[in-house]
Amino acid sequence: MNVLNFVNAFFSDSAHWHGYDGIPQRLLEHIQYSVLALALAAAIGLPVGLLTGHTGRGGNALAFIATAARALPSFGLLVLIVIVMGFGLLPVMIPLVILAVPPILVTTYEAVRTVDPSPVDAARGMGMHESRILFQVELPVALPLILSGLRSAAIQIVSTATIAAYVSLGGLGRYIVDGLYQRNYEKVVGGATLVAVLALVTLALFWAVGRLAVSPGVRRR
Amino acid sequence: MNGFFDIPSDLQHSYQGLIGLHLREALLPVLAGLLLALPLAQLCVRFRWLYPPVLGATTILYAVPSLAFFVVLIDYTGQTELTVMIPLAVYSLVVLVPAIVDGVRSVPQETLAAATAMGFGPVRRYLQVQLPIAVPAIIAGLRVATVSSISLVSVGTLIGNQGALGNLLADAQKYDRPELAVNSVITTAVLAILCDALLVLLRVVLTPWMPNGTRRRPKPSTRQKLPAPQDVTR
Repeated sequence: MNVLNFVNAFFSDSAHWHGYDGIPQRLLEHIQYSVLALALAAAIGLPVGLLTGHTGRGGNALAFIATAARALPSFGLLVLIVIVMGFGLLPVMIPLVILAVPPILVTTYEAVRTVDPSPVDAARGMGMHESRILFQVELPVALPLILSGLRSAAIQIVSTATIAAYVSLGGLGRYIVDGLYQRNYEKVVGGATLVAVLALVTLALFWAVGRLAVSPGVRRR
Repeated sequence: MNGFFDIPSDLQHSYQGLIGLHLREALLPVLAGLLLALPLAQLCVRFRWLYPPVLGATTILYAVPSLAFFVVLIDYTGQTELTVMIPLAVYSLVVLVPAIVDGVRSVPQETLAAATAMGFGPVRRYLQVQLPIAVPAIIAGLRVATVSSISLVSVGTLIGNQGALGNLLADAQKYDRPELAVNSVITTAVLAILCDALLVLLRVVLTPWMPNGTRRRPKPSTRQKLPAPQDVTR
């Protein structure tokens, strides 16, 4: 099992623990890219998904947009944008956001749309405004599913943010890309391990947010 | 448009050849993933305790970046197509197992009871009752797996020109011909959309009892998602 040997060698090398190419620094960069991309994608996906889900209109258009966005190859898009725009943070953000918007958008739409209609009707019958219905009735009930959409988007972003290194930015992808060109597999495996661990931490984080934010009455199972 | 379809000779393929290669590298893994996912998902349905660990393991695999996966595999399978295909098969498996499990679990209890009462054995019941009813969910999973697979093949260009259409990206940088990158991105996207449309068509053909364009009535317990968001962990 030489993969495990690689992992061991990578993490026991003290040179990997400090400096601008140290694990803490690269981890921080990776988290910064990921959080920024997720925030941008959520800023686009959540409002549109909530609104369309609430009105129940535009489902087909959404499905089409989501499919089209998913069909765009992240890596190819990145190379293309870098060729056109040059290096920088923005060229990396565009493919990441395009990658993350569809799951957020579609899950949010589905989550709000599939809320049990009886409490919604009751709220409407009590004279609640549409906005209050959306935020006080539909949103709490739809929250678990909305979070699951955000979660899968987040994991994809964390995993894909490694491509930032290919266009000379930092992040954990540095180890993978540098290791590839230096034929240093120890580095590649170490970087991949770090990314996988970060993804698992992201999962745990979303689980915790779900425990805190989802009301006990809604909690499934 | 000049030079748009002028494929550099170092790729050793015509434009059509690249498309064929790309489809082969993307779709074979999805097929392999499906063949592995069907029995695995059935095991997860039969033995409930098996599902959480399987989900956990697949989630970890899914989180491994494709590039790292490729590079690690070079040691075992060299700079070949196979090296690109293995991770893609794993990713497909990860997407398909939850989709199939959810689909099979959403079959109503009374339907299963009816099948048992008619003398269906477990295998026949699975093949003739549970799977057909789960088709919409499975196809939804297949759509996600196929599209992401087609997109990820391009990353294979980084491990020695194994990325089919993705190799155009490397050449675009090498020869300073951005139109090649445009060609690569557009062709890949069109392929993905076409395959997606074919799968939708397949679903319509396979589920004649369903009115076109609509989905099962969403019940709180079994929500079926439209173009299944890649919800790998549930």
